[in-house]
Amino acid sequence: MNYGLGLGVAAVFAATTALAEAVKPTEVVFVDGAVEVSLSGQAGDPAAGAEIMNKGAGNCIACHQVTNLAHLPFHGEIGPTLDGVADRWSVPELRGIVANAKLMFPESRMPSFYKTEGFVRLGDAYTGKAHGDGEVQPLLTAQQIEDVVAYLVTLKEE
Amino acid sequence: MQQKSKMIGLFAAMSVVGGAAWAGPDEDQLTINGEIAIVTETAAPEHMANVKTIYSGWRFRSDETQAVQMDDFDNPGMLGVENALVDWETADGSEGKSCASCHGASEEMAGVRAVYPKWNEEKGMVTTLEMEVNNCRETRMGAEKWKYTGSDMTDMVALISSVSRGMPVNVAIDGPAQSTWEQGKELYYTRTGQLELSCANCHEDSYGMMIRADHLSQGQINGFPTYRLKNTKLNSVHARFKGCVRDTRAETFSPGSAEFIALELYVASRGNGLSVEGPSVRN
Ligand code: HEC
Ligand code: HEC
Repeated sequence: MNYGLGLGVAAVFAATTALAEAVKPTEVVFVDGAVEVSLSGQAGDPAAGAEIMNKGAGNCIACHQVTNLAHLPFHGEIGPTLDGVADRWSVPELRGIVANAKLMFPESRMPSFYKTEGFVRLGDAYTGKAHGDGEVQPLLTAQQIEDVVAYLVTLKEE
Repeated sequence: MQQKSKMIGLFAAMSVVGGAAWAGPDEDQLTINGEIAIVTETAAPEHMANVKTIYSGWRFRSDETQAVQMDDFDNPGMLGVENALVDWETADGSEGKSCASCHGASEEMAGVRAVYPKWNEEKGMVTTLEMEVNNCRETRMGAEKWKYTGSDMTDMVALISSVSRGMPVNVAIDGPAQSTWEQGKELYYTRTGQLELSCANCHEDSYGMMIRADHLSQGQINGFPTYRLKNTKLNSVHARFKGCVRDTRAETFSPGSAEFIALELYVASRGNGLSVEGPSVRN
């Protein structure tokens, strides 16, 4: 009983230290557009990643087609299909592309999901108003990036 | 039956997910009321370096949406035109004058929509139709200004547009208007907001493609004001610009601002050669 409780506390402690160790958007190390280490210090959850592909600040299928997500309506055509994307790119490359695609693909129309500086007329989400002085949050958190990458890793054809 | 609907479902999924065939513009032709022929496709004006052919947004809409614009009895935007016809004849302000007192019939405005925004010598700046309407109201009628994107104003712009339908858009970009045009061009190609997207990223690089459920057009303004089935009202050019900038997670410019006036001149010039279509119908 006591033992069990102690384990739970230890797990919570581990989670919070891991959170504290998330790499800040301004401190991510890109090598040829790729990012070697987990941004959150934790593994990603592919099921959570699949959700982000569809909704909220991710909304990846606004621009990409994914056969695995064919049950969801309206896949966009601005980017290439992500079918088989894990055959084409390594995990560090996928992480780099999702965090800041413009380093892999200069001038890309794909938004940079883990970036907080260098914007023109940054707004407060979709209000049309100025962002103000508060801290800028990236489009996706470190853990959400890892979740999306974990989902992309499942998209294999070979 | 069961089998059949399953098959259709499969095909629908395939067309969404399968090869990204470039879908549109379609091949349909637009004639309004069986008599006003509208040019919805023509060679791009010379100043456009990256686009060969320009298309009206009408060509990117579904057959159902397209049909609503083909007859004035079906086009809900014409109700705004009717409202504006009442205002056109009604005296307002300290001078006891209406638009009709100075301009006669509304048909006298034929050709005006096609050349705006335009350099105004007296003001020493490029002005939009909305600014000219308010200039008349304030200085000639002694009446209150209308709100830039308010319904009185947008209805009046719809009336003035409606009598130019079928005429080619032909805004001047040289002479004194040139520096404003350059400013508008700069804005058109600037990536804004947290999504870092410019007008050109969507309406020049990606027209014809789907972005989620939306079929991207060239973002032309020859059809403004547009009646949108989505918000069931007439929408002005600057209100549309505001929405598109907001959607990049950016701080927008205000309707009537110097920036949006410049952007309107530039975007209008990308449609030189298409017909005036307003009030048009979009989704
Ligand atoms: C506004 C459009 C847009 C959005 C939204 C978008 N992308 Fe992209 N993406 C692109 C484009 C365009 C490319 C092609 C690269 C280029 O720009 O040349 C691309 C490329 C990629 C690639 C490389 C694909 C390959 O086969 O080479 C991956 C992986 C990817 N995107 C993942 C994502 C994920 C995950 C998200 C959401 C978190 C996302 N994208 C959101 C436009 C977008
Ligand atoms: C993220 C993508 C995106 C960006 C960036 C964007 N737009 Fe749009 N715009 C759309 C969509 C989607 C529509 C609705 C479908 C259509 O008509 O293309 C639209 C519609 C329009 C229309 C209406 C066209 C018609 O026929 O009624 C105009 C005008 C327009 N945009 C202008 C602009 C301008 C100017 C900018 C830059 C300030 C801009 N857009 C930036 C996505 C975008």
